[in-house]
Amino acid sequence: MPKYKAAGMTRRELYEHQQRRRSLIIAGISTICVVVTIIFLVPLAPGWEKVQKSFFNGAVLTKTFPKLLDAFRVNIMIFAWSAPAIAILGLMIALARDAKSPALFPLRIFGAAFTDIFRGVPVILTVYLIGFGIPGLGLPRPWNSPFIWGSLALILTYSAYVAEIFRAGIDSVHPSQRSAALSLGLSERQVMKDVILPQAIRNVVPSQMNMLIALQKDVSLLSFIGPVEIFRQAGVYKSLFANFTPYVGAAIIFLIVTIPATRYADYLMARQMRERR
Amino acid sequence: MLKLELRNVVKRFGENTVCNGISLGVEQGQMVCLIGASGAGKSTVLRCINLLEPIEDGEIFLDEEDISIPGLNPQNVRSKIGMVFQNFNLFPHMTAFENAILAPKRIRGLSKVDLNAEIEMLFERFELTERMHNYPDQLSGGQQQRVAIVRALAMKPEVMLFDEITSALDPQLVGEVLDVLLQLKAQGMTMVLATHEMQFARQAADKICFLKDGKVVEEGTAKEIFNTPKQAETKAFLERALK
Ligand SMILES: Nc1ncnc2c1ncn2[C@@H]1O[C@H](COP(=O)(O)OP(=O)(O)OP(=O)(O)O)[C@@H](O)[C@H]1O
Ligand SMILES: [Mg+2]
Repeated sequence: MPKYKAAGMTRRELYEHQQRRRSLIIAGISTICVVVTIIFLVPLAPGWEKVQKSFFNGAVLTKTFPKLLDAFRVNIMIFAWSAPAIAILGLMIALARDAKSPALFPLRIFGAAFTDIFRGVPVILTVYLIGFGIPGLGLPRPWNSPFIWGSLALILTYSAYVAEIFRAGIDSVHPSQRSAALSLGLSERQVMKDVILPQAIRNVVPSQMNMLIALQKDVSLLSFIGPVEIFRQAGVYKSLFANFTPYVGAAIIFLIVTIPATRYADYLMARQMRERR
Repeated sequence: MLKLELRNVVKRFGENTVCNGISLGVEQGQMVCLIGASGAGKSTVLRCINLLEPIEDGEIFLDEEDISIPGLNPQNVRSKIGMVFQNFNLFPHMTAFENAILAPKRIRGLSKVDLNAEIEMLFERFELTERMHNYPDQLSGGQQQRVAIVRALAMKPEVMLFDEITSALDPQLVGEVLDVLLQLKAQGMTMVLATHEMQFARQAADKICFLKDGKVVEEGTAKEIFNTPKQAETKAFLERALK
């Protein structure tokens, strides 16, 4: 009896099984080679010892890591209230820009100006201008909080990008869907709300996931106007210990959040590509 | 009295005159078939009747009422005229049942219980009960098209427009959809079809209009058109269409 019959496989399955095993072995060996080279070669660099001490200091890391995690809660907080606001404002801007009725013409202009301005200015500049500018008006507490105005700066900037993605999503719904919905007697508004938007939003979920990841990172920009979030906290420890390891710790914390999120967004993207085909 | 009437309808897309003075009368309960080569303007005529396309000139009457007055709110007209498309155009994010109930729920203002019962009856009438809660991509082409017909019927239209509704179907699925048309005809529905199904038009149509270059070249009963066409163009088209 041939070998593949004994293993309960067809000839082709056996062949593919062997091929897979071979590729796995080759991939494993080459990965080990690369890692080993790095481990042996990098420490040979002349400045390695200094770098190791000031960037990868285990003692500093264990001391600061819990506090950094604590500070990361501030990032999460700012993220948590900004993200829904961005989704809502972004959608409203997108709809305003596609408004057809002449009464809504000012809204269209406003939407266009809004996206042009906030996509055209670096985020950090918007954060500075709004975060320092508005509290500078001498507002009473709590209205002078940098949390509020910093978040607003993020919300405005990100809404501009998110709005453009929603618009692309609306455009991606085939016009025949609109015809079909109109032919049933639905109004333009109902067509948008019941037929176009649900499909448009579903089409742009992966892209919007990427915006969320970018937002999570950009929350750190608020550190420049006051809030002690993780980046600022890491800076404090850097000065305290005269050591850069807290920054590496902060980077690790970001990666713990962003890598799974990025993977998930990529997975959604790939699945969508498959469905389109 | 005509249920539906087109008088000298002109429709242009830019420089391209797609309907060049089309006149057409449809009586209550009649099935009228529009035939003609690709690009003759059949789909455009149907889209104009449903006010999906504004017309440049001429008038369209429903129950002797001009529905083509510029600026008229098209919603009322559209809910009286159902339309079914070549590519089904079901809403992919809704089940068959949700597709059918959406417009009546928004517009007809019935109680939920009454409406649910009514839509369920429709699905039953067209033998789709088992498929009622499937999404469009879980249905065969024939089933999707029948759901699209049910969706249009759910608005209780007085006239139905069908735009080559069997053209996107595998040959073995065409029959089930054409049967639905016969069923509707038997129930007295007024219908206008754009079709390439010559045998079906020959058997079922009360009236046939041959369109060419945005004009009605010839119209008559199926017998007149198929057996004794008067125009040379009609003859030429039918010879090609019937192989
Ligand atoms: N939205 C549009 N914009 C511009 N031109 C159009 C549009 N719709 C249709 N046309 C043009 O109008 C003409 C008639 O098209 P129509 O779809 O009505 O033909 P048809 O008789 O239905 O053809 P078919 O049998 O291929 O469906 C064609 O030349 C087409 O290019
Ligand atoms: Mg057509």
